[in-house]
Amino acid sequence: MSPEPIYLHTPLSLEDIEPLRTGDVVRLNGVLFTARDAAHARMKEAIEAGEPLPFDPEGHVVYFTGPAPARPGHALGPAGPTTASRMDPYSPLLIERGLRGMVGKGRRSKEVIESMREHGCVYFGAVEGTAALLADCVKEAWVVAYEDLGAEAVRRLLVEDFPVVVVNDLYGGDLYREGRERWRRGNEGTEFGEP
Amino acid sequence: MREIAASSVTEVVRDLCIEANTRLPHDHLSALRRALHEERSELGREVIERLLENAEVASERCIAFCQDTGYAVFFVEMGSGVRITGSEIRSAIDEGVRRGYEEGYLRKSIVRSPIDRTNTGDNTPAIVYYEPVPGEGLKLTMLAKGAGCDNMSALRMLTPAEGLPAMKRFVVETIERAGPNASPPLTVGVGIGGPFEKAAQLAKKALTRPSGEPNPDPELADLERELLDEINATGIGPAGYGGTQTALAVHVESFPTHIAAFPVAVNLDCHSHRTASIEL
Repeated sequence: MSPEPIYLHTPLSLEDIEPLRTGDVVRLNGVLFTARDAAHARMKEAIEAGEPLPFDPEGHVVYFTGPAPARPGHALGPAGPTTASRMDPYSPLLIERGLRGMVGKGRRSKEVIESMREHGCVYFGAVEGTAALLADCVKEAWVVAYEDLGAEAVRRLLVEDFPVVVVNDLYGGDLYREGRERWRRGNEGTEFGEP
Repeated sequence: MREIAASSVTEVVRDLCIEANTRLPHDHLSALRRALHEERSELGREVIERLLENAEVASERCIAFCQDTGYAVFFVEMGSGVRITGSEIRSAIDEGVRRGYEEGYLRKSIVRSPIDRTNTGDNTPAIVYYEPVPGEGLKLTMLAKGAGCDNMSALRMLTPAEGLPAMKRFVVETIERAGPNASPPLTVGVGIGGPFEKAAQLAKKALTRPSGEPNPDPELADLERELLDEINATGIGPAGYGGTQTALAVHVESFPTHIAAFPVAVNLDCHSHRTASIEL
C-alpha cells in the first residue's frame, strides 16, 4: 500500500495505470465524465445504433455519480460515488473502446474485471458518503449530453486532487477481497495484517 | 379534539427533510467517533475521518452530506385526539417533501414506476407509515433512505424449526453479501415476526432508533450485541476496504407471528444515516 498518494492527470495512458496496485491511494486531476444508470443505458443504445458517444472513452475516466443540485456559487452539488455493480452490464462496452478508469463504490462482476485486465482499465473506489468533500474537488462542471436526465446527465468535470483508492488493478488485485481477508477475526495481526 | 393545521405539518416536514439530509444525528456522530477510536485498520480509520470531516462541512454549509438524498420515509404516530385541518395529512406531507427537496438543494430520486422510469421531479410521493396512538400528540420521524444500501437488504421466511440460529446466520450472510456495496460502517435494522410485510416494516423502523440504544427487552438487547460482534468479525470494514468496524449498531424489533412462521427482514443503512424526528 502506498504511504503517499500517487498523482495522476487525465487522460491516462496504459503506462500511467500499469504501476498502480490494489490499495494505492491516488489523487486524480483533469477531466472526469459522470454517468450512471440511465446514461449508460443510452450509451449502449448509441453504440448499437452506430451513433457517436457523448465522449470518446479513449484514455478517460468515468465517475459513477448523480449529483445533488448545486447551491449558487458552487460548480457542482454534493456528488459521491454510486454502486458500480449496476453499471456492470454496460462497462465492458466502454472499456473495449479505451476507457482507462472508473470511479465508484462496491464490487464489480467477473466479466468487468476480466475486461479491465484484457483492455487495460482500473477501478477506483471513492468513499461514498463524502459527497460534500468530493464536490469541493470539482472546479468546473458542464453537462455534455442527455440533459433531460437531470442528475443522471453526462457531465464533464474538471477536478483537482480527487481522492480515490485503487480497488481493482491490472493484475487481479481486489481491495475488497484482500482487505476483508486481512481483517477477518482471527487474521488481524497475522501476516495478513497491515505493517 | 386538538386541531393541527396541515400547513404546520408541511412546514415541519420541509424542515425535517433538510435537517435529516444535512446534519448527521448526534448519536450517530458519537457512534462514528467511537468506531474511529476502535478501528484497527489504518485505511479504515482514514475512511471514518473523511466521513466525520464530510459531516462537518455539510452541516456548516447546509448541503447534503450524500448526493443520494433518498426516499422520504415517514413514520407518523398520530394521536386519536388529533384532527388535521385544511387538507389531508398525506398531501400535507408530500407538499413538505416537495418544498424541502427543492429549497434544500436535495436530489430528486423518485421515478414514477419501476417500469416507466420517469422522474417525478420533486421526490414525491413520500413513503408514509401511520401508527394510531392514544392522546393528542403528533410525532413525525423521517428517514431519508438511500437506495444503495436499501438494495442490499433482504427478507426470508424461516421455519420455526430453523429458528434463532438460522436467523443469526441470515443477518450475517446478508451483510457479507452486501460487502462494500451497502457503504459500511452500517446501521442494521432487523425485524422478526408478523407476516411477510410486517417484518420488513419493523426492520425499517428499527433504523430510526437512536444509534446503539438497546431494545428494552433484555433478550433482544443480548441478541443485538451478539449480532454486532459477529458482523464486526467479518473484516469487511469501513467502505469495505477491510477493518474491524463493519457496523455501528444493530437494532432488532420483534412482533408476534404465526405458529408456522419465523419471518426475518434485514434493512441496511449506510454510514450516511439520515433520520430526524419532531413532535408537534
